[in-house]
Amino acid sequence: MISVEDFAAQADAWFAEHTPRGVPFMLPLTFMEVGTDEQFDFLRDWQNQVYRAGYLGAHWPTDYGGGGLTQKHQDAATRVMRKYNVPIMLNAIGIGWAGPLILDTGTEDEKRKYLPGILSADDIWCQGFSEPDNGSDLGNAQLKAVRDGDEYVLNGSKTWTTQGNYAKYMILLARTDFDAPNKYAGLSFFLAPMRIPGVETTKIRKLTGEYGFTQTFFTDARIPADTLMGQEGEGWKVAMRTLEYERGARGGQAGGYTISQTDPLEVVGLAKRATRNGQPALEDPVMRDRLMAQMIEGQAMMANRERAKIMPLVMERPFALPMLSKLQFTEYARETGELALELEGAQSGYYVGEAGSREDGYWQRSYLNAFSATIGGGTSQIQRNIVGEHVLGLPKTR
Amino acid sequence: MTAHLAKIALTEMQAELRDQAMKFCGEKSPVSKVRALLEDERGYDEAVWAEMAELGWLGIAIPEDQGGLGLELADVVPIAEAMGKHLMNSPYASTTLAAQAILHGGSDAQKAEWLPKLSSGTVATVALFEPSGAWELDAVTGETKTFVLNLNAAEIVVTTVKHDGQTRLALIPRDTIEARRETIIDETKRSYRFDVPEIDAIWLMPAELTSAALDRIELVANLLQAAELSGAAMACVDYTVDYLKTRKQFGKVIGAFQALKHPTVDAFMGAEGARSLLYAAATHVERQGEGEIAVRMANAKAGGALSYAADRSIQFHGGFGFTYDCDAQLYRRVAMFAASQFGDAAFHRARLAELLL
Repeated sequence: MISVEDFAAQADAWFAEHTPRGVPFMLPLTFMEVGTDEQFDFLRDWQNQVYRAGYLGAHWPTDYGGGGLTQKHQDAATRVMRKYNVPIMLNAIGIGWAGPLILDTGTEDEKRKYLPGILSADDIWCQGFSEPDNGSDLGNAQLKAVRDGDEYVLNGSKTWTTQGNYAKYMILLARTDFDAPNKYAGLSFFLAPMRIPGVETTKIRKLTGEYGFTQTFFTDARIPADTLMGQEGEGWKVAMRTLEYERGARGGQAGGYTISQTDPLEVVGLAKRATRNGQPALEDPVMRDRLMAQMIEGQAMMANRERAKIMPLVMERPFALPMLSKLQFTEYARETGELALELEGAQSGYYVGEAGSREDGYWQRSYLNAFSATIGGGTSQIQRNIVGEHVLGLPKTR
Repeated sequence: MTAHLAKIALTEMQAELRDQAMKFCGEKSPVSKVRALLEDERGYDEAVWAEMAELGWLGIAIPEDQGGLGLELADVVPIAEAMGKHLMNSPYASTTLAAQAILHGGSDAQKAEWLPKLSSGTVATVALFEPSGAWELDAVTGETKTFVLNLNAAEIVVTTVKHDGQTRLALIPRDTIEARRETIIDETKRSYRFDVPEIDAIWLMPAELTSAALDRIELVANLLQAAELSGAAMACVDYTVDYLKTRKQFGKVIGAFQALKHPTVDAFMGAEGARSLLYAAATHVERQGEGEIAVRMANAKAGGALSYAADRSIQFHGGFGFTYDCDAQLYRRVAMFAASQFGDAAFHRARLAELLL
C-alpha cells in the first residue's frame, strides 16, 4: 500500500495542477447553496474528477468503488484540498452521511448498489428528515408510509431538502405506525428513490435571493419495500445514527469537504482593504479587538479538534468536543460574516451585483447563508439541548 | 494563520503530573478547607506546601544542576490547572515566577544561592506592580509596590526597581521590607503593599538580562494564570450543573429550562475552549514569539470563560447565589482578581493584534 506521505505528495501535485481557477461564476461555499444548473454541473464534474483521481473515498473498500486505502490517506488528501481551497464536494449527503451509514449497516446488495454512485457524484443524495410543520422536532415526522404488498405508499411532504431537485435518492424518515406506543417507535427509515411518479419538488427561495433547497411532495408515491433500511419501526435509531455522521460525532465519511471553512485570515485581509472613517479598518482599535476575539475563538476550535484526539485530555467527557463541534463551527461562521460586514463600514450596504460592493457582496451573501448551518441539522438551540442533556447530564427540556 | 499553534502535545510526564495534581488538590483542598483558609492570615496550609515541595513540584522547571528536576515549563501547567480547579491557594505561582525570573535574569551567584532553595520549598514572590496600575512591567518608578502575593511567607522578593534611571530587577530580602496586607477581591489569595527600601547594589540582577527576565516573568505569569483560570472555569461549570440538576422550581428541576440550560452549555463550551488553548499554549510556550501568541490567547480565553461561567452561576443560583455561602462568588472573584494582574483580556487582545495583524 502506498505510504500516506507519498499519497499526500501525489495529491498535492494533482490538486496543484487540477484545482479550477478563474471560474466565471460564483461558486457555492457550501453544499446547501447550489442554486443554479451551472453550479451543479460544474461541481458534479469536479467531484467526479477528484474521485477518479483517487482522492475521494480513498479509504472505502474497492468493492464499493473506494480506493482501499486507510482513513489517514483520505485525511491527507482532504488536507491538501483545504490547502488549495478547492471547490466543495457536491454530493455532501451521500459522502457525508448516507454513504457511511450504508457502509456501516447496509446489506451487501445495498453497498454495491449505492456506494459507487455516491463517490462519482452520478447519484446525488438528499435527506428527507425535516417537515414543514416539524423542523427540529424530528421525532414528530408525519410523512406516511403504508405497506402495500412489496411496496410502501408514501404521502406527505419533506422540506429543506438540499439539492432535492437534483437527487436520485433520499434518506427518508417516515411514519409507518400511527398507533405505536410512542412517537419514535412508529418511524421507519428508507433509501427512497426520488425519480418516480408521485414525487415532486419545488425550489425554495432563500433569504439571500438564491435557491438551494426544495420542498418535496409525496402523493401516493410507491417505493419498493426492500428500500427499508433496518427494521420497520426502528427508523429513529437509524436516523440518530445518521445525525451522528452529520454532526461529525462518528467517522466514516468519504472525505473532502462540503462546506468551505471560514478562515479568519480572510477577514483580516478584508480589514486591510476596507476603510472606516477614511482609514483602513484594520487600524480601528475596536475592530482590532473584535478581530482578535474572533481569531482566538477560531484558534480555540482548532485546538479543541486537536485535543479531541488525545484520550487523557478528554477522559472526563469523551464525547463533549465532537458534540460541540457543529454548534461551534456554524455559529463561528455566522459571527465571522457579521464581523466582516462591520469591517466593510459604509460598503456593507451593497449587495451582490453592485459595482460598489466589496468582493461582489461575498460577505453579505456568506453571512446570510451561514444561517443555513445554524438552523439546519438541528438548530443551535437544539444543539445546546443535546449538549446540555447528553454531555452535562441536565434534565430533558420538554 | 496560526494553525500549527493549535497542535497539542502531551507527554507521559504531563499526563502523570495531571493525574497526581488533580488527586492531590482534590484531597487537600475540599471547599470546606478553601473557606476555612479565607480567614487564615497566611492563606494556605504550610503542611500541604511542604508536601508539594516533597513531590518535587517546585523544582519542575528548574535545571537539575540548580537543584531542580530539569523538566519543562509545560510541566507546571497541569499543577497550576489542578490548583485552579480546586481553588487551592499556595505560593506556587509566585515562587515559580520568582524562580523563572532568577533563572533567566539572575547572576550565577544568585542562581546558585536561590534556585536550590526555591526548588525545595522556600517561598518567594515577585513585586512588579505599582499604584499607577500599569501592566507594562518596565513602567516603574520603584517607589511603591502593590499586589505582591504571599509576601508574608516569602524569603526573597524579585522586584522591579529604578536604578540610575534604568528599570532593573533586584532580589530584595523579605526582612528589609515593611509591608501591609491589602484587601483584594480574591479572598483566597494574600496580597501586600510595601515601599521599596534603599537598594543594596548586591541585590541587583545583571542589567543586560533585565528585559529577557521581564519577558519571561510575563510569559510564565500568563501561562500559570491561564492554567488557574481554565481549571477554575471547568470546576465552576461542574458546580453550576450540579445545582441545576437538583434545584426544583415550578415543579421542575431547573436545568430543564432552556433559559438556564443554554447559557450553561455556552459556559461549558468556553471552558472547553480555554482548556484546549491552555494545552496548546503549554505545547508552544518555549517557542520564540509563538509562545507569547499562544499564551496570551489562552489567558484571554480563560479569563472570559471563567468570568462568564461564574457570572451565570451566581445568577442561576438565584437568592442563594447572592449569598456569601454560595461558592459561585469564589469563582467570580478569582476571575476578577486575575484580570487585574498582568493584563485583562482586552490588554492581551491588543498585544495579540500587534503580533498578528
